[in-house]
Amino acid sequence: MDPRVIVVTSGKGGVGKTTTTSNISVALARAGHKVVAVDADIGLRNLDVMMGLENRVVYNFIDVLEGTCRLNQALVRDKRVDNLFLLPAAQTRTKESVNSGQMEELCDMLRKEFDFIILDSPAGIEGGFRNAAVGADEALVITTPEVPAVRDADRIIGLLESMGKGPIRLVINRLKPRLVKEGEMLDVRDVLDILAIDLIGIVPEDESVVKSANRGEPLTFSDSAPAAQAFQRIASRLVGEDVPFPVLNDENGRGILAGIRKLFGMKG
Amino acid sequence: MAMEFLKKFFGSAGSKKVAKERLQIVLIHDRADISPEMLENLRRDMISVITRYMDIDTSKIEMDFDRADRSVAFVANIPVIRIKRGVAPEKQEPGTSNGGEKAYSKRKSGQPG
Repeated sequence: MDPRVIVVTSGKGGVGKTTTTSNISVALARAGHKVVAVDADIGLRNLDVMMGLENRVVYNFIDVLEGTCRLNQALVRDKRVDNLFLLPAAQTRTKESVNSGQMEELCDMLRKEFDFIILDSPAGIEGGFRNAAVGADEALVITTPEVPAVRDADRIIGLLESMGKGPIRLVINRLKPRLVKEGEMLDVRDVLDILAIDLIGIVPEDESVVKSANRGEPLTFSDSAPAAQAFQRIASRLVGEDVPFPVLNDENGRGILAGIRKLFGMKG
Repeated sequence: MAMEFLKKFFGSAGSKKVAKERLQIVLIHDRADISPEMLENLRRDMISVITRYMDIDTSKIEMDFDRADRSVAFVANIPVIRIKRGVAPEKQEPGTSNGGEKAYSKRKSGQPG
C-alpha cells in the first residue's frame, strides 16, 4: 500500500481536529498500520497532551527540518500500541518558522517510514493551515452541526479543492441526537446538502471525550464509548472498509436516522 | 410523542430550519466572494450596456446568485420595456436565424448610453 498523507482540518477552532487526529491514529495503529500523528500546530501544540505523550517530547519536527536532530530522534513512540508515533510541533516557535517547501520535504521523509501520516492542522485559513495541507494528499474536514463551524468548513473545503487535495471527506462531530430529533440541530443531511462532500463519519456528543482528554488516553484505546466506536468506524472507512452508518441513540435510547439518503450513495 | 412526530413531518418550529436557511444564504455570498460595492458597480455597468439596446425597467431588476453544489451562477432578471431599433447590427438579414457567427463583433459606438 502506498503511504497516505491525510490532513485533519476544519477552519474553525474547537470542533475536534486534535481529538479526531489522536483517535483515528490510535485506531489505525491498533488495526496494524504504521502511523505517525503529526502536530502541525506550531506554537500551540496540543496533540502531545491529547495523546498523553507530553512528558516524552524531546525534539520536534522543526528540529528535524533544521538538522538539529534526526527524524527518529524526534518521533515519540507510543508504548501502548505498536506502530504508533507522534511527531510534535515546536511550542516556542511561530508558524512562520517553516515554509511550505519544508513541510513537503517533511511529509516525503515520513512517507518512507509510515503507512499513514495524519497531520493535525491549526485552525484558520492562513499559513499554518496551508503548511499543514501542502504535503497532504487527502483531507478530513471536521465540523460540528452548527452554523459557524459549517460555514468555516465550506471555506476550508474550497481552499483544499483549490490546492488539489482529494478525496476531501467530512466528519460531523458532536452531533446531539436528542436535539436533532427535536429539530433544534442541523442533521447530517442538512450539513451534507450544504457542504456537498462525502461523509466519512458521524461522532455523537459524548462526555467520555472530555474524560479521555483529561487522562491523555485517546478513546479508541478502549472500545466502549459511543464516540470511540464512531472514531473506530472512521478509521475502518479510511482503509476502505464498507462500514454502515448506525442509528445514533439519544439519552433515552431512542434512535434517530442519522442521514438517510446520501449516506447510502457514498462510497468507502 | 405524537406531537414530535407531527412536528417532524410538517417541519414547523425547530431552530435547525433557521440555521440551514441562514447558512445557505451566507454561503452564497461567501462562495461568490463579491463585495456589495462590486455588485453595485456590476449593476450599474450592466444597465449602461443593456440600455444601449433596449429600454428596461431599472427599478425592477433582480440580481442574485444561484447555487448548485459548489458552483454559483449569477442570475439577473431584467424586465424589458422596449427593444431599440437603431442599434441592430448592420449585416443581419431577416430570416437567417442559423447565425453561427452572431454580429456581436460589430464595432459601433456613439450611441449615447
